[in-house]
Amino acid sequence: MNTRGSFNKEILGAAIRDSFRKLHPRNQLRNPVMLIVFVGAILTTWYMVMDILRGNTQAVSFTLQISLWLWFTVLFANFAEAIAEGRGKAQASALRSTRSQTQAKKVDSSGTKLVNATELRKGDVVLVETGDFIPGDGEIIEGMATVDESAVTGESAPVIRESGGDKSSVTGGTRVLSDWIKIKITANPGETFLDRMISLVEGAKRQKTPNEIALTILLVGLTIIFLFSVATIEPYAIYSGMKISVIVLVALLVCLIPTTIGGLLSAIGIAGMDRLLKRNVLAMSGRAVEAAGDVDALLLDKTGTITLGNRMATDFITAPGVSEEQLADLAQLSSLADETPEGRSIVVLAKEKYNLRERNLTELGAEFVPFTAQTRMSGVNINGKEIRKGSVEAIKTYIKEQEGVFPDSLAQACETIAKSGGTPLVVAEGAKVIGAIHLKDIVKGGIKERFRDLRQMGIKTVMITGDNPLTAAAIAAEAGVDDFLAEATPEDKLQLIREYQENGMLVAMTGDGTNDAPALAQADVGVAMNSGTQAAKEAGNMVDLDSNPTKLLEVVEIGKQLLITRGSLTTFSVANDVAKYFAIIPAMFASAFPVLNTFNIMRLATPESAILSAVIFNALIIIALVPLALRGVKYQALGAEAILRRNILVYGVGGMIAPFLGIKLIDMIIVWLGLV
Amino acid sequence: MVHDLILFVLYLVVLIILAWPLSWYITKVFTGEKTFFDPVLRPLERLIYRVAGVESEKEMTWRQYALNLLLFNVLGALAVFAIEILQGWLPLNPENLSGVQPWDLAVNTAISFMTNTNWQAYVPETTMSYFTQMTALTMQNFKSAATGMVVAIVLMRAFTRKSTQTLGNVWVDLVRSTVWVLLPLSIVFTLLFVQQGVIQNLSPYLSVSTLEGAKQTIAMGPVASQEAIKMLGTNGGGFFNANSAHPFENPTPFSNFLQVLSIFLIPASLVIAFGRMAKDKRQGYAILATMMLLFVIMLTGTYLSELNGNPILASMGVNSPTSFEGKEVRFGIGGSALFATVTTAASCGAVNSMHDSFTPLGGFFPLLQMKLGEIIFGGVGAGFYGMMMFVVLTVFIVGLMVGRTPEYLGKKIEAREMKMATLAVLIPSVFILLGSAIAVVMDAGTSATLNPGPHGLTEIVYAFASASANNGSAFAGLSANSLFYNAMLAVCMFVGRFGVIIPVLALAGGMVEKKTSPKSLGTFPTTGWLFVAILTGVILVVGALTFMPVLTLGPVVEQLLMLQGTKF
Repeated sequence: MNTRGSFNKEILGAAIRDSFRKLHPRNQLRNPVMLIVFVGAILTTWYMVMDILRGNTQAVSFTLQISLWLWFTVLFANFAEAIAEGRGKAQASALRSTRSQTQAKKVDSSGTKLVNATELRKGDVVLVETGDFIPGDGEIIEGMATVDESAVTGESAPVIRESGGDKSSVTGGTRVLSDWIKIKITANPGETFLDRMISLVEGAKRQKTPNEIALTILLVGLTIIFLFSVATIEPYAIYSGMKISVIVLVALLVCLIPTTIGGLLSAIGIAGMDRLLKRNVLAMSGRAVEAAGDVDALLLDKTGTITLGNRMATDFITAPGVSEEQLADLAQLSSLADETPEGRSIVVLAKEKYNLRERNLTELGAEFVPFTAQTRMSGVNINGKEIRKGSVEAIKTYIKEQEGVFPDSLAQACETIAKSGGTPLVVAEGAKVIGAIHLKDIVKGGIKERFRDLRQMGIKTVMITGDNPLTAAAIAAEAGVDDFLAEATPEDKLQLIREYQENGMLVAMTGDGTNDAPALAQADVGVAMNSGTQAAKEAGNMVDLDSNPTKLLEVVEIGKQLLITRGSLTTFSVANDVAKYFAIIPAMFASAFPVLNTFNIMRLATPESAILSAVIFNALIIIALVPLALRGVKYQALGAEAILRRNILVYGVGGMIAPFLGIKLIDMIIVWLGLV
Repeated sequence: MVHDLILFVLYLVVLIILAWPLSWYITKVFTGEKTFFDPVLRPLERLIYRVAGVESEKEMTWRQYALNLLLFNVLGALAVFAIEILQGWLPLNPENLSGVQPWDLAVNTAISFMTNTNWQAYVPETTMSYFTQMTALTMQNFKSAATGMVVAIVLMRAFTRKSTQTLGNVWVDLVRSTVWVLLPLSIVFTLLFVQQGVIQNLSPYLSVSTLEGAKQTIAMGPVASQEAIKMLGTNGGGFFNANSAHPFENPTPFSNFLQVLSIFLIPASLVIAFGRMAKDKRQGYAILATMMLLFVIMLTGTYLSELNGNPILASMGVNSPTSFEGKEVRFGIGGSALFATVTTAASCGAVNSMHDSFTPLGGFFPLLQMKLGEIIFGGVGAGFYGMMMFVVLTVFIVGLMVGRTPEYLGKKIEAREMKMATLAVLIPSVFILLGSAIAVVMDAGTSATLNPGPHGLTEIVYAFASASANNGSAFAGLSANSLFYNAMLAVCMFVGRFGVIIPVLALAGGMVEKKTSPKSLGTFPTTGWLFVAILTGVILVVGALTFMPVLTLGPVVEQLLMLQGTKF
C-alpha cells in the first residue's frame, strides 16, 4: 500500500472526468441538497434557451452566467467527492493487480492438484511453498514460513507465520518467501480480506454513517425551509407590485441552502477513511470511525501498548556480604545462554555497570541449564558451581533443599521491588543467595503525555494486564492511566466492557488473540492486529495492518477530526447565509423599493452583479474548502470547551464575515471584467 | 424613559423572584413529592381518577401519551363547538345572544381555544354568552395550558430518565398541572385583579346616558376569573374585544404589571424546573439566560422604535413624535411596549395596545418573535419544548465541532431526534409562509386588509404567524371573520399546535430509551455563556433568516419609507 501519492496528475484528471460522470441523475438523487442545485441549473438553462429562442436577449448574458455557475456548483461538489474517492481507487487497482490469477495447490486425499485461486472455497486446504502467492485468507494448519505481506501492509520486512498460536493467520495476496505451509482457507472468493479492502478503499460499498444520516436530515430540513422561504417570495412580490424572475429566485435558493456542507459531506467521510488507511488502519465501516470519535474509555493491553514488550533488568541488589560486582558477574554468567529479552537485558546491564564483557560459555566449559516449568529456574553449571536464577519462590525452594538460608533483608528488598511494580529475580550460587535483579516493565516514552491528552479530551484509559494487582497498580501509576484491570482473563475484559457500556460509555480496545474475539466484538471500537488470529480480525471492526496497539490513540483522533470537520463546515455553511441575504435581498427588490439599497452594505455595483457575486462565491467556496475537507480540521487534544471556542470563532464568526469580503471582491472583479 | 427602564428591570427581577419558588413547587408536583396542598388536593385527585376510571399507576409510551392527549384536545374542541352553537338555549345569557354564526367562526373559535391560540375572529361582547365564556372558553384556557405543560414535563422526563419506554401517565399529568398549578395560581391572581377593579358579575349589560346625552351600552361579565387564566395560561383570549386595553379587564398600571408578570410566570418556572429535574440547575439557567437575552433584544427594539416614533407625525406639528396612537395613556409607551413584547414572546396574544398602530419596526419585533415559534419564554410548556427543539438543533450543528456525536444531558442526538426537531421547527414555519403567500395573492385575502402596501402585507403575515405559532394576538387592521380566514387560520392553528407537539413527543419517546453517557471533559458544554451565545445565534440565524424576505417587504420597507416620509 505504498502507492498513496497525494495529488498526482492522474488522480486529478480522473477526478475531473468523474465530476462530469457524476452528473447522472442517479448520483444526484443521493444528495438531496445538491439535487436542488442540479434541478435549479437545469431550470435556469431552460429559461436561458427559451429566452434566446424568443429573441429576448437583453438579459441573456446574466442568465447564462448564473446557469454556468450553478452547473459549476454541481460539478465542484462532484469533484470534491471524486477526488476523495480517487486516492482509494488508485490503491484499489494496485491491490487488484496482486490478486491477479493465482494458482493454488489444493490438497486432497489423492495429493495436491493445481487449481485456480478463484475456485477455492471455505474449508479447502492448500499447500504454499517458497515463492508462491497465498491464494486466499486462511489459517496455517501445518508448517512455518516467512511471508512478505507488503502487498497488504506496505511493510517490506518479512514476517514469520506458523501454525498454532496467535500468528497462524495469513492473508490472500501475500507471498511466501521461504519454507512451506499448509493453509485451511477461511474465506470464499469475494469475501476475502483483500476483496473487502478493495471495496472499502474504492468506497463502492460506502454506506452513510449514523451521524451522516442525522446531518443529512438536518440539511434536508434546512433546504425545505429555504425552499418554501424562497418560493413564497413570488406571491409577496406580486402583492408588492413586482415580479421576480425565476433565475433570481433559483440563485437565492441555491445560495441559501447549505450547499457547502452538502457538497462536501461525502468527501469528508471518504477522506476520514482514507486518513485511517494512510496510517495503515483498515476500518470495516464508516460507523466504526465515527464511534472512535465518541469513545469514552480505552482498554489498553499493558504489554506492547503501555510498556515495551519485555521487562528489563535495571538494578542489582546484593545479599549481605556480597559485592555488587560479584552479583553482576554471576548474574551475567547465568544469563549468557538465556536468549529471552529479560536474559539479554541482564547481560547488557552488567556490561554497562561493571564493564563485564560477554563470555563464551563453551570456552568456560560451562553447561547451560534451561528454564523448565518444574524448576522454574535457569542457570549454568560451571567448574562444579551451580549458578541459578529464578523467582523468589523458586529460589527459596532451591535453597531450602540445600539447607541454605534466604536472608531476610533480601526478602524484604524483593518485596519492595514487587510493590513498585517490578519483578525480582534472585540469583543463587549453590546454597548461597547472592542477590536479586530488579526486572522492570519499561513504560513507553511519551505514553504518559498521550494519556494526559486523552484525559483532557475526556477519555478514560484503562490498563489491562495479567499481572497481580500490586504490580499493575505501580505500572498504572507510572504510566498515568486512569484505571487498571489486574489478573485479567478474557471474561473479565468482556465483563468490564459491558459494565462501561451499561453506564452509557463507548469503549475501544485492541486485541489479537482468539480469546480477545468476544471482547473485540463487544467493544464499540475493536481494533484487531493484523498479526493476530482470523477470529480476532473478524470480531473487530478495524484492523491495524502494522499491528501496533498504540495506534488506537490515533484512531480516536481521526474519528474526532472527522466529526469536527463535519460540524465546522456545517456551521460555516449556515453562517454564510447572513451575508448572502445582504447581497441578494436588496438587489432582488431594488426595482420596487430602491430604498432597500440601505441594506446593500457591501455596496455591490448593480443588482445583477450582487446576485451573480453571491452565486459565484457560493460555488467557489466549495472548491476552496476541498483541501480542508480532505485534510480535516486541525485537531488538538484539548477539552471540549476550548475546542468549541476556537472552532466557533473560526467557522462560526469567520463564516459570518468571510462571505462579506468574498462577495465584495468577486463583485469588484466581475465589474472590472465587464461581465455585468 | 427612566420610569420605563425601572419598570423593565423591576419586571424581570420580580419575575425571577417568583419563578424560582414556583419552579421548586412544580418539580415536586410532577415528581410526585409531597407538597403543601396535598392534604386537600390528594383526595380530590383520587376522586377524579375514580370517577374517570383512570389507572393512575400505569405509565404510557409516547404513542399512548400522544394519542390520549390528542383525544383529550379534540373532545375539548367539540365541546366548545357544541356550546357555541347551542348557547341560545343555554343559561347565563342575559343579552339573549343566539348561537355563534356562521359555522366557520364557531369552528375557528373552537380550534383557537383548543390550541392555546385564542385567536378571536369574533367580537366577544356581541357573540358569546356568559355561559359560553365560562364553560367553554375558560375551561379550554385551563385545558390547553395543561396540555402545553404536560408535553414540557414529558420532554423533561425524556431527557432525565434513561433506558426505559414510558414517559408518565397523561391523565395524571393533566390533573396535577390543573389542580396543583393552574387552579391555585388562578385563584390568587383573580383576587388580585378584583382588588384592582376588574369586574366580576353576571349582570345584564348596563345602558347609560353619556354626558352628551347619547345612549351607551356597557358590557358586563365574570371578567376577573377569566382574566387570571387568560394570562397565566398564556391564552390571551380577551373577555372584551379590546382585550387588556379595556379598563374592565386591565384597569390600572399595577394590574397591567400583574398581567405581564403572569404571562411569563409559568413558562419561566418550567425552564428552571427543567434544571431541577435534570439535577443540574445550570442546564435550566442556560435556557433561561438565552430566553432572557433574546427577550431583552426584542424589548429594546420594540421600545426604542416606539419611543422614536414617527417623524411624519412630528413634521405635522404634533408635540411629541413618540408613537402614542393606539396606546392607553395609563400604560404609556413603556407599559405598552413591555406588554406587546411579552405577549408575543410568550404565546399569550392578549394585547393592551393596538399593534397595528405601532411603528413598523415596533411591529417587526412582535412579528419576529412569533415567527421564531414562540420560544422566548413562550406559551405554557410550549415555550419550553419549542426552545428545546432549537437546543437539539444547536447541539447537533455545533456539538459536532467538539469531535463527538452530539449529546444533550448525556443523550445522543441521532437521526430520529434530528428528524423530529427539524419537523417541529419546519411545520409552523411552512404554514406561516404558505398561508400568507396564498392570502396575499387572493382577493379573499387582500380585501380584508385595512391598509395597502407593506403595511397590509404585515397585517396578513401577522395573522398567519399569530395562528401558526398559537399566539392569537391580532395585529388588528385585518377583518378576519370570513370563511377564507376562518378556515385558513383554523388549519394553521391546529397544525401549528399538534405539528409541533407530536414530533416533540416522538422525540421524547426516542430519548427516554437512550442511555445516558457520563459527563466528561470531552462533552459539549450546554451551560455557560458560550452555549447561551451559540444558541441565541442559531435561533436568530436559522429561525429568523427563513422570514427575512417577507419581513423585508413588510415592516422593514415600511420603516425605511416612513423615514423618507411615505405613509400607507
